[in-house]
Amino acid sequence: MNQSGPFLFMVLLLAVAGAGAATFRHHTYSIPWMPGTETQIWQVEARIQFTADGGASQVYLSLPPNQKGFAVVNESAASSGWGFSIEQGEEQRRAHWTQREALGRQVLFYKLDIAVSGDDTWSMAPPQTTPTMIWDEPYQTAVSHLLDTVMPITADAHTLTTQLIQTLGRTPADQNVTLLASAYSRVDLLTRVLQTAQIPARSVQVLVLEDGRRRQGLTEYLQVWNGESWQLYHATDGEVSGADNLLLWQAGTPGVLEVLGGTSSRVSFSIIGQTRSALLLAQEEANDLALSLYNLPIAEQSMFKLIMLLPVGALVVVLLRVLIGIRTSGTFMPVLIALAFLQTELVPGLASFIIVVAIGLLIRTYLSALNLLLVARIATLVVIVIMIISIFSIVSYRLGLIQGLTITFFPMIILAWTIERMSITWEEEGPREVFIQGGGSLFVAVLAFLLMDLSVVEHLAFNFPELHLVLLAVMLLVGRYTGYRLLELKRFGAFKT
Amino acid sequence: MSGWILPKSLRRTGVLGMNRRNVVYIGRYNEREKYPLVDNKLTTKLIAAEAGLAVPDLIGVVRTQHEIAQVRDKLKDLKEFVAKPAQGSGGKGILVVVGQEEDQYRKASGELISLEAVQRHLTNTLSGLHSLGGRTDVAFLETLVRVSPYFDQFSHEGVPDIRLIVFKGFPVMGMLRLATKSSDGKANLHQGAIGVGLDIGTGRAIQAVQHNDLVTQHPDTGADLSAITIPDWEALLHLAARCYEVTGLGYLGADIVIDRRRGPLILELNARPGLSIQIANNAGLLPRLTHVESLDTRKMAIEDRVAYALENFAHDTIRNLGRTA
Repeated sequence: MNQSGPFLFMVLLLAVAGAGAATFRHHTYSIPWMPGTETQIWQVEARIQFTADGGASQVYLSLPPNQKGFAVVNESAASSGWGFSIEQGEEQRRAHWTQREALGRQVLFYKLDIAVSGDDTWSMAPPQTTPTMIWDEPYQTAVSHLLDTVMPITADAHTLTTQLIQTLGRTPADQNVTLLASAYSRVDLLTRVLQTAQIPARSVQVLVLEDGRRRQGLTEYLQVWNGESWQLYHATDGEVSGADNLLLWQAGTPGVLEVLGGTSSRVSFSIIGQTRSALLLAQEEANDLALSLYNLPIAEQSMFKLIMLLPVGALVVVLLRVLIGIRTSGTFMPVLIALAFLQTELVPGLASFIIVVAIGLLIRTYLSALNLLLVARIATLVVIVIMIISIFSIVSYRLGLIQGLTITFFPMIILAWTIERMSITWEEEGPREVFIQGGGSLFVAVLAFLLMDLSVVEHLAFNFPELHLVLLAVMLLVGRYTGYRLLELKRFGAFKT
Repeated sequence: MSGWILPKSLRRTGVLGMNRRNVVYIGRYNEREKYPLVDNKLTTKLIAAEAGLAVPDLIGVVRTQHEIAQVRDKLKDLKEFVAKPAQGSGGKGILVVVGQEEDQYRKASGELISLEAVQRHLTNTLSGLHSLGGRTDVAFLETLVRVSPYFDQFSHEGVPDIRLIVFKGFPVMGMLRLATKSSDGKANLHQGAIGVGLDIGTGRAIQAVQHNDLVTQHPDTGADLSAITIPDWEALLHLAARCYEVTGLGYLGADIVIDRRRGPLILELNARPGLSIQIANNAGLLPRLTHVESLDTRKMAIEDRVAYALENFAHDTIRNLGRTA
């Protein structure tokens, strides 16, 4: 085994390259490892209404920032007569509509498709320095009292926030609390009190995602910086964590909607929830990739689904022949038969294959008495196979056996060659060898079929073509295998001493 | 039928497996470009004859349809001959004529056929009826081998032949193949022919197997197989060893018959010889192969190699070899 160092290195390289590329594509394009993986998709439609003054008019709508748990799949704006662009603001993106002469009632739409994703790749920018809070009297005193009672029994930003929310919500209410609550909204009050305690806090606008909701507004929540990340709190219920139905729409200033050149503006949201195949989603995103099987027309794609399964079948043949030592009639004939089984289903496929080959062998016995030349003999067999298949189809259809019709999926030429080869084997090496080879072929074909029929295998083979490099590595490795075949242990069983 | 054997014990006996044979021996010692030399029996015959190796004499070659018409003149005075396809597979298309009676030819089976039938047989051969994959072929006529009478009692029809595995010019293992009724007169082991392992040192029988089972008597003739000693053994080894120089194939199987007048003749060479020979010899090939690999063979002439094989691969010295390898 000289040169085995570079060889093993190459095999390893192929395997690593294949597995690496697949992992990369899984993470980058979120192609799922498993078939049938579903993703929750929320379709959010923001509807903006206002009355335009008749002059130039500009509308800004804050767009949700990138955030943990969600991935934007698609966004679009429908608004005829308006110029539309998306601007990257300092903290978050904003949709910007413009029109020179807008008059009367205007309706603008912004649509957003977001997918719930487990990826936790993004963190929001940390807060700027907290401004010093200035309170008017008597609120100054009330806040000091409030903090004096709460501060000693808390340890950090989180416990302070929780305690404050509890204190504010307690009935009967504390005098100080009543005073403060009369002047400020609950979230606003919490923000100010926390900032007074030198803890960065802000009020945020959150869209509660719920299927079928229409004309929904944004809800105000509290966000507190705990030193590492922003933590979301509900003004009365306390901390919110792990919720996948809260979409942070706007953090900080300015407001969600800003209309210049118009009045009585308002924005409302409609939400539809649906689940969609994670794979379809990935395919949509992959559309911009030039080199991808997804870009082929659908017909060719389904062709490739079969083609990509061939190496799997080939691997089965390699393993069974080299490691087990099963004899087959024709090297890769079993793979082609297995491909046909994919269309016919196993039992009808097996039955019709055996019937056709058996009848073919019977007729071929007569042909060999004619002493025909090989090419003519094969051509005759092709015609005979077609006739057998036609009769088989007609009879099974008449009998109401629809499965009989799938026999046409068998490649005729392969059937003819199989019959020819088996017949020659019969003449030269006897019927025993025919049954060994025929049985071996069918065994390999069935095994290859069972493997190729697994939806996981089909899914991986088509969606991660680079995994074929791993198969290649295995084949190369097996190609250099010099150990005994399993069946040789029986063949040479006489050496047992 | 014997049971299964553990890979570990099989390795200890030094049995060569199919995978190792393909990757290590055929893959490394047989260059692909030299395969046609042995895959075409006519080419093998010509290069062997040119190198002075004993082969059945060539009577004539029929390459085109046109030449078949002229065959009549060639055959007129021939009492016996064999017509073979150059690329025939599995012994197909071999026509053996043992006598001529009033313009009729008598086949080995006793059947009489006309000259036209012989010509039709040659036409079929040319168009590829007998060759693998149906390729057009060439037919050749050679003298009939009259097997040494020594073998009469050991074979049922068919020609008993001796298969020798020649590795880098060393005959390392040998086997006599005897046709039986159940092998239909063919000397093919998996069709039921008997394989008799031969002691390289003496040409004496070691043991005989049929269908992987030990046998002591020929099932059809009842002859005692353990009594076999191949005549002209050293000349036979010599002939096989020279095939290495002639073909350049490092790992080959030489099929040799013993003619009653001319002695050992090369019948066919094989670049992918089978592994059953090990069962017939009750010994693995690996110890002998690795032993040859460890030798410096560059300065060894054919005589040296044969002498070395006679001495070192004899049945009673093999045990020690197995231990050192």
